[in-house]
Amino acid sequence: MKLRHALMGAACTLALAPAAFAERGSDGQVNIIYWQAPSTMNPYLSGGTKELEAASLVLEPLARYNQDGSMVPWLVESIPTVENGGVSADLTSITWKLKPGLKWADGSPVTSKDVKFSWEYCTAEGGGCAQSEKYNDVANVETPDELTVIVRFSVPKPFPYGPFVGAQAPILQAAQFAECMGPKAPECTDANFYPQGTGPFTVSDFRPNDVIQLIANPNYRDPAKPAFATVTFKGGGDATAAGRSVLETGEFDYAWNLQLAPDVLAGMQAAGKGEIISGFGTLVERIMVNFTDPSPDLGDRRATVDHPHPFLTDIAVRKALSMAIDRELLTEIGYGDAGRPTCNVLPAPEIYKSSANDACLVQDIEGAKKVLDDAGWVPGADGVRVKDGVRLSLLFQSSTNAVRQDFQALIKQWWSEIGVETELRNIDASVFFGGDPGSPDTFQKFFADVEMYANNFDGTDPEAYMANWECSQIPSPETQWQGNNMPRYCSDEYDALVAEMATTGDINERARLAKSMNDMLMQDYAIIPLVDRGRVSAHSNTLGGVVLNTWDSELWNAADWYRIK
Amino acid sequence: MFTYTIRRLLIAIPTLLFISLIIFMVVTLAPSDPTANLPLSIPSEVRAQIRASLGLDEPIWVRYLLWLRQFFWYEPLHMLDSAFGWSLATPDMQRILSWQTRSPVADLIVQRMPQTLWVVGTSYVVGVLIALPIGIISAYRQYSWFDQVGTFVSMVGFSVPTFFTGVLLIVVFSVQLGWFPSIYDTTHQVRDFGSFLFQVKQMIMPVAVLALYNAAQISRFMRASMLDNLNQDYVRTARAKGMSERVVVLVHVLRNSMIPVVTVIALGVPTVFGGAIITEQVFKVNGLGQLLIIAIQGGDVPTVQTLTFIFAVLIVLFNLIADILYGLLDPRIRYD
Amino acid sequence: MTDMPVDETEIIRPPRNQWLDVWDQFKTHKGALMGAAFFILILLAVTLGPLIWSIDPTYIDIRARNQGPSFAHPFGTDQLGRDTLARMIAGGQVSLAVGMTAMALALVLGTFIGVLAGYFKRLDGALMRMTDLFLALPLLPLLLVIIMLFRDSLRSAFGPEGGIFILIVGVIGITSWMQTARIVRGDVLALKEREFVLAARSIGTPAYRMILRHVLPNVLSPIMVSATLGIANAIITESALSFLGLGFPSDFPTWGRLLFDSTDYLQQYPERVLWPGLAISLTVLSVNYIGDGLRDALDPRIRGR
Repeated sequence: MKLRHALMGAACTLALAPAAFAERGSDGQVNIIYWQAPSTMNPYLSGGTKELEAASLVLEPLARYNQDGSMVPWLVESIPTVENGGVSADLTSITWKLKPGLKWADGSPVTSKDVKFSWEYCTAEGGGCAQSEKYNDVANVETPDELTVIVRFSVPKPFPYGPFVGAQAPILQAAQFAECMGPKAPECTDANFYPQGTGPFTVSDFRPNDVIQLIANPNYRDPAKPAFATVTFKGGGDATAAGRSVLETGEFDYAWNLQLAPDVLAGMQAAGKGEIISGFGTLVERIMVNFTDPSPDLGDRRATVDHPHPFLTDIAVRKALSMAIDRELLTEIGYGDAGRPTCNVLPAPEIYKSSANDACLVQDIEGAKKVLDDAGWVPGADGVRVKDGVRLSLLFQSSTNAVRQDFQALIKQWWSEIGVETELRNIDASVFFGGDPGSPDTFQKFFADVEMYANNFDGTDPEAYMANWECSQIPSPETQWQGNNMPRYCSDEYDALVAEMATTGDINERARLAKSMNDMLMQDYAIIPLVDRGRVSAHSNTLGGVVLNTWDSELWNAADWYRIK
Repeated sequence: MFTYTIRRLLIAIPTLLFISLIIFMVVTLAPSDPTANLPLSIPSEVRAQIRASLGLDEPIWVRYLLWLRQFFWYEPLHMLDSAFGWSLATPDMQRILSWQTRSPVADLIVQRMPQTLWVVGTSYVVGVLIALPIGIISAYRQYSWFDQVGTFVSMVGFSVPTFFTGVLLIVVFSVQLGWFPSIYDTTHQVRDFGSFLFQVKQMIMPVAVLALYNAAQISRFMRASMLDNLNQDYVRTARAKGMSERVVVLVHVLRNSMIPVVTVIALGVPTVFGGAIITEQVFKVNGLGQLLIIAIQGGDVPTVQTLTFIFAVLIVLFNLIADILYGLLDPRIRYD
Repeated sequence: MTDMPVDETEIIRPPRNQWLDVWDQFKTHKGALMGAAFFILILLAVTLGPLIWSIDPTYIDIRARNQGPSFAHPFGTDQLGRDTLARMIAGGQVSLAVGMTAMALALVLGTFIGVLAGYFKRLDGALMRMTDLFLALPLLPLLLVIIMLFRDSLRSAFGPEGGIFILIVGVIGITSWMQTARIVRGDVLALKEREFVLAARSIGTPAYRMILRHVLPNVLSPIMVSATLGIANAIITESALSFLGLGFPSDFPTWGRLLFDSTDYLQQYPERVLWPGLAISLTVLSVNYIGDGLRDALDPRIRGR
């Protein structure tokens, strides 16, 4: 896949070469459709993917990830590293050098003050900045001159590329947002809807949750770009309709995230108006296994570590559940080319990918039965296995989504073949992922035996992601059910690895640590990974220059887009 | 009737206040959360900060009183300011802000009103205009082929949901024939005949879907009510007096048959302002219905509360209008 | 609805059960007879169907997915290879049960409140303001609150399926009675000023008998229309509920759900949309004709003709 990407990238740059001589705005209008509508253009106020991507047409970070997941300088000269002296040897500071001559869309110069301001803006008290995690441990940002930015951390940062990198942490114009700090942030409606940016486009009309109209930025740093003079960014509807409007009616040029059944997509592509593109990131559809007892009889203490699960604490049961699943088939039915079966919860980037667990790729119903037999679980009269009066009967919850319900039905059937009874439940996504401590149906409370959803991490560094399964991350009534350790997995050995990774700088050593954490989770069957989910989007046959990027905003290179004539 | 109207309007005030409290309780108790749509990579501490910045850590009654003050005091002042260029509102009089867009809810509503009125409003008018004659003729010629076809079409029209008819129309007329756009352009402005034609083209499908649904319902009530009255003694009397059939049916019978129809229409008008959630989604009309559903999914309490409350005001108002119309249609009905 | 106004003819002729009269009139209504026959056919199909067509509606035969109609699968199979005929039969049981019960609940509630409000002036204000409140409540958040508060307790009291059935029927019932109530009230307001009601009242007829004998039979036709529309509404609403996680488990088919799921495949497999769409429409249509016939049969003026 990587090679294909590289080839595609090369092909695109070749195809782009003639366009580079074109004039700014010579290709007229481009229409983009996102079936979820952006509600603001300020990514610091809403961390949703739709807002991040819409804003990335206007706002840019210092550096971002390209389609291969490697970091590329964007508003800076080069990527600072320890080798080139940009990152201090003790890993506590990083020095960025802005490209000279950068201008905001209004013509004023971009300076290091703007960069420093972006940090201040996001970390101001009472602002509710959605990206404040990116600025964790930043002690100070210094601006010795107009073009130099030094970020100082309070602890050694083996991976210092959190602040100002990626679509999540772009640079805001200090002059425009100066009055919008902290609690005043939401009141600056104009600034939030019409931010000044350095990107290829600038907003001319913003209708929240509906449509955005943009025009080419007159002060964009490359005088020949962007090729399009205007952009219409329509939001709303559903993925089917978005796909149809690009692939079948040709009304739109680019449709985002077409999470549709593969045969539906293939049928649309057959109309011949556009092309489907896909790429892989770190998103893994997985089943979380509950190590604690969710029985309602336990009252307030249900699904807490006080009460271990009656049978899922038996590794034989967890292993059998995993073995009974045919991941190939799930992928084929649910995602087609946009998915691949995986046995890891950390599937990418390449250096972090473990191959120790690949046995799970082959479904083994008989093997699963044997594992259960050996562990003393014997089928009862109704075919459901029993041991010491405990029946293997599960409640399997997930969010409402056509593919997830198909997966649930399939998995239920496989589990019934090995003698495990399953009851399915699906919950509205706004409740399931809502985290409301009053609702019994959130994925954190996990008042079920197993649950399925997908998760990933920003950028390419898995440190924070792997720390999700520390003992201290277990949700409980004491933490208002906050925390990311849904399985309630707890191992001292694992916690030690997390702590070690936080202080290790060497990339190969970090890879080894991340892999062993992944393998530990997998071999304990605390998490049953199913599918490594790619991103599927579509563009019309007349839109050139599209390079799908799963590590950053999909619209990261909109400046290079052009009309094929 | 006049004193009755005044009395009802006065009673409406405490009623609406009570309704607003109940709505607030329901919307606040509902377990959906403003941070639910954020990627899971945003950690829970950040989510807690976001909730705090939205004022979610205040007690419920404080939030309710704040909303009341904003809705009944601050918003009107801001409206007057922008209408007449006054400056009654001081900067600390915070308007009702949507949690999703962080912009004033009133602005969002103003922005969404045109497409909703164009599409949903037109479809309602079309629906009523089709339904009344169909209902009258179906009843007058009961069990004729016209009645049978009308019954069949309206039953299918009502029982097949709009999410299906909408997609069917799109597949036939946008994908196969390419006649109409499948995605409604909310930025389109009608300036001349050409742009008016485009507006009509993009409205045809959503209006057809909704009009069918509305007409189906109203025509059934019209027909049933006409049938009830066609057999009454006064019809025989009117005919015996030598009145023309036209006058008998369209004046005497129709007037006496209107009470249930007026009720249904009056119940339907507020829903026009509520938008048509599914149809707006299918055709990407992005009107008030879509605003409401997105706000509900996003746990955006101020937007849901404000929209629903405006909706409640309209319901109370139009039910009052219906009650007054009963009195006009049938002078024997008295409320005093 | 049980006591009908006494026909003059009954006094002369030997007494005859009035339900026989109703049945005689109903029989003459061709549409109603056909509707009733068809409705019984659907009921038989979904109740006895599983005995003849014994494929498990949740059984996945992945090799047979996306098949068109064939001998093994007369209605074809869905995207997971489940038999559509079996799913239609199983879905029909749920949809019809939910549709009928929820409609009946909404109708009874709506008629009761409408008649009380229309007939007793003292109750009118309070009941109609309550109706306004219910009309104004935002449905989706309300449903989410109801799930949160009642799902687990109903589940433990009535078991997973019984609990969910009660919840769904209850939810649809209490959120769709308002239109019926307003319509019935409007008609009752007009009716109670009619001469025959005044006459009945002047001879001292008690209120309950006034309502049962004189008022209810005369507001029957809008109630019948509400019933027809209510069934369609309940079947569709049930499918919407399952998306919120309020309905039956996701592998439990219902007609509304089958229709929604197959809408995505409208272009590839159009026949898949046809079955649930037809089933819902024809059911509603047959109920409509039954309603028409019943209304005519229960109307003494028509019956006398």
